[in-house]
Amino acid sequence: MPLITSICAFPLTTHCMQFMLLFSRQGKLRLQKWYVPLSDKEKKKITRELVQTVLARKPKMCSFLEWRDLKIVYKRYASLYFCCAIEDQDNELITLEIIHRYVELLDKYFGSVCELDIIFNFEKAYFILDEFLLGGEAQETSKKNVLKAIEQADLLQEVRHITESAWSDSV
Amino acid sequence: MPAVSKGDGMRGLAVFISDIRNCKSKEAEIKRINKELANIRSKFKGDKALDGYSKKKYVCKLLFIFLLGHDIDFGHMEAVNLLSSNKYTEKQIGYLFISVLVNSNSELIRLINNAIKNDLSSRNPTFMCLALHCIANVGSREMAEAFASEIPRILVAGDTMDSVKQSAALCLLRLYKTSPDLVLMGEWTSRVVHLLNDQHMGVVTAAISLITCLSQKNPDEFKTCVSLAVSRLSRIVSSASTDLQDYTYYFVPAPWLSCKLLRLLQCYPPPEDGAVKGRLVECLETILNKAQEPPKSKKVQHSNAKNAILFEAISLIIHYDSEPNLLVRACNQLGQFLQHRETNLRYLALESMCTLASSEFSHEAVKTHIETVINALKTERDVSVRQRAADLLYAMCDRSNAKQIVAEMLSYLETADYSIREEMVLKVAILAEKYAVDYSWYVDTILNLIRIAGDYVSEEVWYRVIQIVINRDDVQGYAAKTVFEALQAPACHENMVKVGGYILGEFGNLIAGDPRSSPLVQFNLLHSKFHLCSVPTRALLLSAYIKFINLFPETKSTIQEVLRSDSQIRNSDVELQQRAVEYLKLSSIASTDVLATVLEEMPPFPERESSILAKLKKKKGPGAVSVSELEEGKREGGELNGGSDRGADTAAMAASNASTPSPQADLLGLRSTAPVGSAAPSAGSLLVDVFSEAGPATPSAAVNDDGFLSSAPPSEDPAPPLSEADELLNKFVCKNNGVLFENQLLQIGIKSEYRQNLGRMYLFYGNKTSVQFASFTTTVSCPGDLQSHILYMQEHFVEPLVEGGAQVQQVLNIECLTDFCDAPLLNIKFRYGGALQNLTLKLPVTINKFFQPTEMASHDFFQRWKQLSQPQQEAQKIFKANHSMDTEVLKAKLLGLGTALLDNVDPNPENYVCAGVIQTKNQQVGCLLRLEPNAQAQVLSHTHTHTHTHTHTNLYSCL
Repeated sequence: MPLITSICAFPLTTHCMQFMLLFSRQGKLRLQKWYVPLSDKEKKKITRELVQTVLARKPKMCSFLEWRDLKIVYKRYASLYFCCAIEDQDNELITLEIIHRYVELLDKYFGSVCELDIIFNFEKAYFILDEFLLGGEAQETSKKNVLKAIEQADLLQEVRHITESAWSDSV
Repeated sequence: MPAVSKGDGMRGLAVFISDIRNCKSKEAEIKRINKELANIRSKFKGDKALDGYSKKKYVCKLLFIFLLGHDIDFGHMEAVNLLSSNKYTEKQIGYLFISVLVNSNSELIRLINNAIKNDLSSRNPTFMCLALHCIANVGSREMAEAFASEIPRILVAGDTMDSVKQSAALCLLRLYKTSPDLVLMGEWTSRVVHLLNDQHMGVVTAAISLITCLSQKNPDEFKTCVSLAVSRLSRIVSSASTDLQDYTYYFVPAPWLSCKLLRLLQCYPPPEDGAVKGRLVECLETILNKAQEPPKSKKVQHSNAKNAILFEAISLIIHYDSEPNLLVRACNQLGQFLQHRETNLRYLALESMCTLASSEFSHEAVKTHIETVINALKTERDVSVRQRAADLLYAMCDRSNAKQIVAEMLSYLETADYSIREEMVLKVAILAEKYAVDYSWYVDTILNLIRIAGDYVSEEVWYRVIQIVINRDDVQGYAAKTVFEALQAPACHENMVKVGGYILGEFGNLIAGDPRSSPLVQFNLLHSKFHLCSVPTRALLLSAYIKFINLFPETKSTIQEVLRSDSQIRNSDVELQQRAVEYLKLSSIASTDVLATVLEEMPPFPERESSILAKLKKKKGPGAVSVSELEEGKREGGELNGGSDRGADTAAMAASNASTPSPQADLLGLRSTAPVGSAAPSAGSLLVDVFSEAGPATPSAAVNDDGFLSSAPPSEDPAPPLSEADELLNKFVCKNNGVLFENQLLQIGIKSEYRQNLGRMYLFYGNKTSVQFASFTTTVSCPGDLQSHILYMQEHFVEPLVEGGAQVQQVLNIECLTDFCDAPLLNIKFRYGGALQNLTLKLPVTINKFFQPTEMASHDFFQRWKQLSQPQQEAQKIFKANHSMDTEVLKAKLLGLGTALLDNVDPNPENYVCAGVIQTKNQQVGCLLRLEPNAQAQVLSHTHTHTHTHTHTNLYSCL
């Protein structure tokens, strides 16, 4: 398995999230965030395998599974699966709550978030994630502080929105 | 299309996404995408300069297309342009595009780095954060080179905004992970550690990840963080559930920070300062107490966050492994979780208990939960939970409960999921062997394994039962009786036939007295399975038959008839045909005495690490089986193999291996890749005629699929090996420790130990200067085809920084697969005062390191000497002694070579006679050596079963 070897060949044994994937019940990838350097080909292979593995699991089963050398922590929210890969020594439960806090952030920002919000505003989903997690580690766990950062950015955006009309928006 | 709730919402983008979603087929989607790509390309190439907004929109569309899984080969330049926009959202999209589509295009990297540099110095905190996020997301070497020195400054500067500090800390962490050599904390260390005291919880949360990582690598420099972490933790743990405002999560104060603090403490031993330790123990007790309190909320988030801290605290308690009281409390708490209604908690409790089981303080406490765990194995609905239960049973097993646990695992195997059967089989086999008090139980267990899960019983498992039966006289009769009974079953697994064939072939005589298992009955029983078996099993059975002829002369005619039948002697499989022909011939022309010698009972197997354990370890990945467990396995293995008096046995076996063309050679190799009947034909005996058709067998090259062997060339070409290194190398032929290399900058010392075909080498790199070596890397490589002969594994990577006057250590594991000639190369690179130092040395790994001394009497020695006299088996050289001819010195050297020095063997007392067996993974090579000194010159003649001139070369240089 050259794939995981390349993850393990990482120069230091540090614990952080390796990647986070959001995908739908139909297996469509909605968001992907990689915290370790991997080639596009490897990313696609991991995604394919993992989506298949997680979708095959029944409800009521436990939220953790061993997959290759990694631990997978996942949780389903409505039609979306949130799935994180962590390392052997990492804390599964706190990762589960990382997922939940991210869902809360999305929910608060979009106002009862649904899959469509994430599809149409994928860039926002990435921005929120970057404020919350950076390099696979929690950067800011306060909901208020994360949303404040994002809303400030939106404010800057709206100022621009008023001054420049959206005439070029039709294409 | 949903109403876009926030921001400006690029309508063109929304329209495009809708279009894609409305596509009915993959083809339609691709068509729509290609149309869009063409449109964007024309916009980017058009004469009209695009405004920032349009550029942003198109870049965002490209990003969307890429995330759908399509390749994007343009637009990077436009994204880079967006970085220098002074509009936040445009910048933001530019950075997002760069972060997702990392491109190693150096032109572009320079432009990106320029933009980042501008933003970092902009003093606009939102811009700074964007730039830092981008560095953290990309984390490339080029970025580390450009920014690694700047970011620590931002992190500790007094006027940096909190949000920027948070980003800077994690950005630095990412750079440290990619390029540790470029991130030098030096003067910043203490200020970074003091971030643990920061008033802003977010800053502490981010900084602690960085501190943890740095502490792992430089524990001494960062050790002041321990007391700071303890006091921070203590404040959090004792705070009321609302004190920390927004950092309280479902009534749990700062769960992420608490977990990270507990994780940081796991980088260190228990605090030495009594007050600090007392405070920490208090925290841990509080955490354990809280687990007993009624929950403050029914929400699962509350209990998850609370228990996340609890499990992290338990990890710390296990890490310290010094507080019996806490360990037992932890165990009791986990015991409660074993029956919790939440599957997640049951899973984690089983997992965590596995580590508790290995502590002497809590092992007994864990054992009290055996019934619950067995119940979990039987009733859990989720296979991953059952897997954990099986792991825990394995971990809690000891002599007192082995029989119960093995029985439960066996009965679980009958219905176990296919995905975990193989691992279960290995575990049962290991436990049965490790805790076998009476070996009849062991034999029963393994035969049961084969009966229940024969398909999952790998070669290692059935090889092992045969090794053990052969090594233990007291169980042979029982084993023969039991396999005989097991073979009575109308449909028994092929693995059972293999074990049965082998054991009856060796020990069938022990049950032949009973008329119900008379020789002919035994033979007919075995032969009734013959036609249902695969070729390797049939080959094994044929060998069992010829062994029968020796054991029971009365079966000779029946067996000869079978061998003579067309289906054997004209079998289309060359191996079977050859065996039939040879065995038939052997049985007809060899005298009873010769037959008895050739087909003698197998000698005991040498002590070795249980191959099953090795397999389990490989299966579970490195780290899954602890070193101590392996070591224990080794010890136990030693017991099983019946003590340490191994030398003579090994030699006898090497000899029998060389002269008996039996399929048992497979077993010695313990490898599926070992060729059947790999023993080389020997010379100078009756057998040569019989077996001359076989031709010399070449040892198969070891298949190296472990991936441990580094084949990737280093980035800078390693220097050619030093010529003087050869001379240095010679010093190590007869000794294992010493200084391998020394110049004005660097000293390299070596300590090594060898056992069987395995070696471990400790390399000590000493910095002789007062200046730090940077980018210190070492690479071991095997020149030419050496890599198919030696397997090595670097256990520890050396740290990239070696301080002045400091010494760092590296451990190298070596395994000899087949005989070899060249030495592996060690390449060392480092920067000393800016200049790259690059040197390559030969590692003193020579074939004689794998020698095992063999004692033998004069008669035996010369008999073997004569047998091994074919040209390719013999070498002779006359050479001048380079050194003194002092008897004692010479003797010491010959012993240092690893062979046994035999006294009273050679009729001429002036001569030196040595014997030894070279242990390689694939085979064992017996070596006999004779040294005839005279006043002017020395004659050395030297013989063994395979040719390897390098052994001579080594020997000569040594003498």
